Amino acid sequence: MVQKIDMRSTLLSLTILFVGVFIWHAATHVPDTGPTGVELSQGEMDTLLGKNMLSEDIEYYATQGVEFAQLEQIASLNLSRSMIEAAGGIQALGISAPDENSAPAPGSLFPSPTQIGKELWATIADPFYVAGTNDMGFGIQMGYSLLRVLIGYSLSAAVAIPLGFLIGMSPMFYKALDPFIQVLKPISPLAWMPIALFTIGDSELSSIFVIFICSLWPMLTNTAFGVANVRSDWVNVARTHELSTTKTALTVILPAAAPTIITGMRISIGIAWLVIVAAEMLVGGTGIGYVVWNEWNGLRLDRMIVAILLIGVVGMLLDAAFARLQRAVAYAE
Amino acid sequence: MTKPFLSVELLTQQFPDGAGDTLTVFENATFSVAEGEFVCILGHSGCGKSTIMNVLAGLAEPTSGTVIMDGEEISGPSLDRGVVFQNYSLLPWLSALKNVMFGVAARHPDWSKSEVQAHSEKYLAMVGLDGDAIHRKPSQLSGGMRQRVSIARAFANHPKLLLLDEPFGALDALTRGTIQDELLKIWNGTNQTVFMITHDIDEAILLADRILLMTNGPFARVAEAVEITIPRPRRREEIIDHPNYYAIRNHLVHFLGSRSKELAGQSSGSGANSPETIRIDRTEKDTPETDDDPTHQAHLRAVNE
Repeated sequence: MVQKIDMRSTLLSLTILFVGVFIWHAATHVPDTGPTGVELSQGEMDTLLGKNMLSEDIEYYATQGVEFAQLEQIASLNLSRSMIEAAGGIQALGISAPDENSAPAPGSLFPSPTQIGKELWATIADPFYVAGTNDMGFGIQMGYSLLRVLIGYSLSAAVAIPLGFLIGMSPMFYKALDPFIQVLKPISPLAWMPIALFTIGDSELSSIFVIFICSLWPMLTNTAFGVANVRSDWVNVARTHELSTTKTALTVILPAAAPTIITGMRISIGIAWLVIVAAEMLVGGTGIGYVVWNEWNGLRLDRMIVAILLIGVVGMLLDAAFARLQRAVAYAE
Repeated sequence: MTKPFLSVELLTQQFPDGAGDTLTVFENATFSVAEGEFVCILGHSGCGKSTIMNVLAGLAEPTSGTVIMDGEEISGPSLDRGVVFQNYSLLPWLSALKNVMFGVAARHPDWSKSEVQAHSEKYLAMVGLDGDAIHRKPSQLSGGMRQRVSIARAFANHPKLLLLDEPFGALDALTRGTIQDELLKIWNGTNQTVFMITHDIDEAILLADRILLMTNGPFARVAEAVEITIPRPRRREEIIDHPNYYAIRNHLVHFLGSRSKELAGQSSGSGANSPETIRIDRTEKDTPETDDDPTHQAHLRAVNE
């Protein structure tokens, strides 16, 4: 039964993917980028023939998309087609004519799935190239972002979890710190950015600080909640076994509250990954968030979309890692 | 008379009743337990049995009164008083073995891990748990098995006083029977002092040396201490044929059925509320043979302590 559901869900996922890609493809498809032929009226034809231009040459250039005005210029050169070609074509002689690049694109400017696929493949094939400050492999940029998240998040966990224990175990501390937490928690992480930039000065450290502050609250409140709600029976077991407060915290309360704490950490890593992209857009320099903004400014939508896609994949992997950790500490009552 | 092993003196417990007044659960309760004695306490819900248990365990502070065990006043929980809780209170993230080891390691911090494990396995085997089962988590064990682990954890620590808070209350009748037998088997080999709360009259008669009877609350008191005059070792299918069995049982049923209510509900002033010792023994030759009502006063030998 489960297998059947798994199979069906996979089938449905693939269908949605294919339909989505197909709609994307259809919306961005450019059918033919070559020049379209020009239809000449009988009067224009007669004028050109009157200037001693061969009818087969007129027909040839017209199908190349050369307009009447330019055809008149060609006629006034009074050269045969073979001579023009030998001189390097009409463009070489200073007459503007459409080529493959100047043909108007009938479709959208938005990159098609095939373009994204190509760009994605190029990124995967060479993720760590450095060709200049604004042209680095996405692997390197992703590394910058991950490093910032790692530092900010670790600092945050080092503060939030012990503090959460304190708040959870002591009603006095809970009451004393609760107003501050309630006011600071709803502040958007990016609102801290100007304060950080002004006080810290360094943009690198500022984005790490923003990661720190946005990861703090879910971990803090979840740890405090988990610790405060450990079943009193288990605490009584620790008490009747004369365990010290530290030992009780480590051997009874920590494993009992671990699932709630990890849930908080999982929420935090998600928020940290959301915020780093926005923070890097703001401060610039390096990082995958900066890449998105940089490629947008350069109108390389294909590279921008690949970067966005990679942000999603890395976020998913981070979440999956914490989901695994969550399963490891889970227990059934 | 020598000083009893455990003596509860003038114990009073009051709680705020939510309307600004105080609710007196029990007042000036005074009783004692001898070393190696198995005492059961019987009474209706709300009479404060569990509160007495929590005070003895050191998990709750009485409003007034003292508990003296082995010459020392109780304050706070201690490894000398092991507790088996009604809901097992096993740590769900540890296996059965690790749960017992948790207790043993707390009792003997100087032991090596292998010593702790060997000791724990021995006590798990005593309650009939061995092999694969001891490596399972509590959620993978049946209710009866969980309570066995809990009992093993308590016995393994050799507490001076073992407190059992309705340990079989959540089990079905058949499982309850087997675990009662196992408890008796372990207890026979130890000389362990046990104080147990129960709702089950037959369980109390099977296990106890003495049964304390509590009246209904508020102002509950330990009204009687009934001696179980049935020789040990006891087996459940044999004791029912003992001449004292139904006499004692009827007395208990009468007490819980009507007298617990009649005796309930008044503040008794400042005097100590000691239980009246009741001894029912049909095997003694000098007992006059009368009607079968065990509450009949002529039939009872009431001895005040």
